[in-house]
Amino acid sequence: MNTPTHLKYAASHEWSKTESDGTITVGITDHAQEALGDIVFIELPAIGRTLKAGEECAVVESVKAASDIYAPISGEVIAINQMVIDAPESVNSAPYDHWLFRIKPANPDELSALLDADGYAATL
Amino acid sequence: MLQRTPLYAAHVAAGARIVDFAGWEMPIHYGSQIEEHHAVRRNAGLFDVSHMCALDLIGPDATRFLRRLLANDVAKLTTAGRALYSCMLNAAGGVIDDLIVYFFTPTRYRIVVNAGTTEKDVAWMQTQLAGFDARITPRCDGKDESQTKNALAMLAVQGPQARELFYTAFPASRAATESLAPFHAREWPTNKGDWLIARTGYTGEDGFEISLPVSAVAEVWQTLIDIGIKPCGLGARDTLRLEAGMNLYGQDMDETTSPLDTGLTWTVDLRDTNRDFIGKSALVTRRQKHQFVGLLLLERGILRAHQKVFSPLGEGEITSGTFSPTLNQSIAFARLPMSIILGSEVEVDIRDKRLKAKVVKPVFVRNGKSLLEFTT
Repeated sequence: MNTPTHLKYAASHEWSKTESDGTITVGITDHAQEALGDIVFIELPAIGRTLKAGEECAVVESVKAASDIYAPISGEVIAINQMVIDAPESVNSAPYDHWLFRIKPANPDELSALLDADGYAATL
Repeated sequence: MLQRTPLYAAHVAAGARIVDFAGWEMPIHYGSQIEEHHAVRRNAGLFDVSHMCALDLIGPDATRFLRRLLANDVAKLTTAGRALYSCMLNAAGGVIDDLIVYFFTPTRYRIVVNAGTTEKDVAWMQTQLAGFDARITPRCDGKDESQTKNALAMLAVQGPQARELFYTAFPASRAATESLAPFHAREWPTNKGDWLIARTGYTGEDGFEISLPVSAVAEVWQTLIDIGIKPCGLGARDTLRLEAGMNLYGQDMDETTSPLDTGLTWTVDLRDTNRDFIGKSALVTRRQKHQFVGLLLLERGILRAHQKVFSPLGEGEITSGTFSPTLNQSIAFARLPMSIILGSEVEVDIRDKRLKAKVVKPVFVRNGKSLLEFTT
């Protein structure tokens, strides 16, 4: 199981990366993609939508099941990754390269509530 | 406690992701269920279906008993090895299970039932056997030692190359089975006990289902993999059967469902008006209430069981839905109002959004080819 140490994690299997401009890029973990199996459909939040930390905001569906994705942090959706909508299977092959959406955080302090790689690995 | 087939260790060694299916620890896939699906459509795949239970029915009244027990009529089985798909109904006409029965002689049959229903099926059959001179013997991994000793494992090899690859692995079986027509089986004696080789399956492709002694199955499994047949899990089995228009017990029908409402009218044989099978009078009184159809999602998303379907003629519900790897589109079975017309458009509620779907016949793919141009 691949769990890069430069990322933060939610127990609900999203990873978060802080970009140089302070925005947060969000994807799903290697564990999540493997548990889901072949991903065939991804629905992402509308750009401009305001999210609360822990709010359901996207759906990743594999052949066998649909799985909700939760906002790891409160803020506004400023970008979505059209590439994963067009090629959902790319998340299976490289879950940390193929992000889902980007948030401009309302309160960057919320990041400290997320887990580090070891903390996340301990929940699996 | 979950049960395991004799191939459990082989699945784990092959990297299977194991899930609980009907009380059994079974492989859902060995990496990618889509690749496994394509292997069956394009070449050949191998399934462990040992969780399904084989039952032997033997006795002078075996035929008379099955003509009472089953909605389809075993009287039309006259050549040894001929197979028949049937529902076993309760008195209210609900489906207790769907099964395949193989005819050998009028006093000897083999029945294959679903894993999750085996116990209730056998109990039901034993109750119905009162007054008939015949005996049911389960050949699945049982609770007592004598049953376990005679237990059978089951493999399915499916795909356009399945039979040829099987003959490559077991050349001596060719002479015994090459002339088998679809839905026919032959008993094949080997030095590792008797095998039943049946030209049946649950994928819409050609191939065999093979019942063989538990003691032989691990070696046979490995031999078939070594010649290039891809091991496939229950995930691919589900997308393959859905594309092929085959019902899944517990999902598309159960004890509250009439076979007439789940696309199985063709399996209810009313031709012999003197035959009184269990559930018959209820079916005749109740008649068909719903049309069982296929749906093709016309927008992006995935159809799933229990989603609501809306049409100007009334509402309905999806019973099975998935992503079709062959069509690269989401497909489903649904129970809709009787008056719905093939080719019409309906709406499906997916997470509070209404998405458009097209009503088609509930069969999407056969022998590797899309049937959509014929069904729309």
